[in-house]
Amino acid sequence: MFRKTLFELSALLHRREISSAELTRIFIERAERFNPYLNAFITLSGEHALDMATIADRRLASGQAGPLTGIPIAHKDIFLTRGIKTSCASRMLDDFIAPYDATVVERLASAGMLLLGKTNMDEFAMGSSSETSFFGPVKNPWDRQRVPGGSSGGSAAAVAARLAPAATGTDTGGSIRQPAALCGITGLKPTYGRVSRWGMIAYASSLDQGGPMTQCAQDAAMLLGAMAGFDPRDATSVERPVDDYSEQLEGDLRGLKIGLPKEYFGDGLDHQVAALINSAIAEFKRLGVKCREITLPHTEHSIPAYYVIAPAECSSNLARYDGVRFGYRCKDPRDLRDLYCRSRAEGFGAEVKRRILIGTYALSAGYYDAYYLNAQRVRRMIRDDFQSAFQQVDVIAGPTSPGVAFRLAEKTSDPLAMYLSDVYTIPANLAGLPAMSIPVGRVGALPVGLQLIADYFHEGRLLNLAHRYQQVTDWHRQIPAEFAS
Amino acid sequence: MSLSEEEIDRVGWLARLQIDAEAKPQFAQQLSRILEFVDQLNKLDTSGVSPLAHPLDISERLRPDEVTETNQRDLFQSIAPSVRDGLYLVPRVIE
Repeated sequence: MFRKTLFELSALLHRREISSAELTRIFIERAERFNPYLNAFITLSGEHALDMATIADRRLASGQAGPLTGIPIAHKDIFLTRGIKTSCASRMLDDFIAPYDATVVERLASAGMLLLGKTNMDEFAMGSSSETSFFGPVKNPWDRQRVPGGSSGGSAAAVAARLAPAATGTDTGGSIRQPAALCGITGLKPTYGRVSRWGMIAYASSLDQGGPMTQCAQDAAMLLGAMAGFDPRDATSVERPVDDYSEQLEGDLRGLKIGLPKEYFGDGLDHQVAALINSAIAEFKRLGVKCREITLPHTEHSIPAYYVIAPAECSSNLARYDGVRFGYRCKDPRDLRDLYCRSRAEGFGAEVKRRILIGTYALSAGYYDAYYLNAQRVRRMIRDDFQSAFQQVDVIAGPTSPGVAFRLAEKTSDPLAMYLSDVYTIPANLAGLPAMSIPVGRVGALPVGLQLIADYFHEGRLLNLAHRYQQVTDWHRQIPAEFAS
Repeated sequence: MSLSEEEIDRVGWLARLQIDAEAKPQFAQQLSRILEFVDQLNKLDTSGVSPLAHPLDISERLRPDEVTETNQRDLFQSIAPSVRDGLYLVPRVIE
């Protein structure tokens, strides 16, 4: 039962072959049993979920239920959940009980989903390994000596081990796609503005997007359909109708053109990962797509551009954590200066501090033009590379990550080494394009993900391609043996 | 671009973030490495390119100047570290 997809669970619930309460109990039991091994959850909300399950069962019995009614979900601990601790994996918010629900949470709850718990992550979404959490690192279910990726590592691990049938994540530089790749699941970052950021704790406002992390593209289509849409409370939300993603899944792929950027297949890519990516591309060709090499010339400049823009925006967004109105406050502050400086010094971890300092520097008088504005110019050049590419092809494909999951603590002493592993994911955030990762094999025990990028608001194309691939392969159905019972 | 400890102090003050003396050298070194890395952007010719602040190049959406929110002060202050009579309490500001 715990290996069933959202699509399958929906059918079982609607045929009343299982109740929402029974289903929820199965996942609560699994989450409680396995969480000590993975540290995927910061908070479990089993009691709350069972209360909601009772309501869901009534709706299912009276025929008033939708496709997602009665199914449990885990939310990354970056989404505000009313009445429930929302920590963003930081000491700064360790005691923060959210006063309202994020739009994403509200919409999925209206669709009838039940909150199983809040998943662990890199602190304030800053990281690629889920090791910077105040609550300890998350372990990769495929090898618990290794990282699940980040920053949505808890959500990825929970779905990979089937402690939850699906989860939400957020992606600023790859934080949905990279953990999805390292944990062997499906993760999608929508077009910027497609999913509301209201109630989603802000890291870098021009880059952040929330999205689904699921077992398969069919499930991602269901979740995205419920999550997406205009929200007047988010000033960057786009007024554009939401596609029926589920309807677009079965489209014929013949004639679809895939571009393979030569910059994504260079020296930095592990050759075993490359082999699996090439096998997946061969599979797409058998499904009728046409592939060709393209170029995205400014790819190598995307990492430095991101590590100016994101820290700059983070330094502004994290200025609100001042010990005055909510969150951590230091003991016995001597004066106002001490209140601010010490609350923030004690409340934030090292990586968060590094990014605040870099960002503050890049925005300070005398440096703003040379750093921040210049990085935004490079950003336009990166965006223009994609616009040229989409004149020639419909979808861009390549590896999500240059390697497989690395060992815990392997990269923590060198922040720069960690940053370099985001090379394939960052460009889509800078350009605001929709992108997803799907599992395409394993190197030994360790999953490999293929990344697909489409033009603005063409999430349907990504889901179509991924779904057709998943109909003829079964990487997405495999889970680590340890969690199979 | 190498950061001195004085620069760390200056930036730390701008960010209202206290950096302990023992941590300063390591922060200075790590931040210097990161800044050296991002300096490679200066090699690109970006003249004539305008900055892209919003990925879809859209500007701020406006709405009518009408009150639509309700006052929820009590709810939002229920999680504050220290409040009295609807005011947030902090250490003395004026000497």
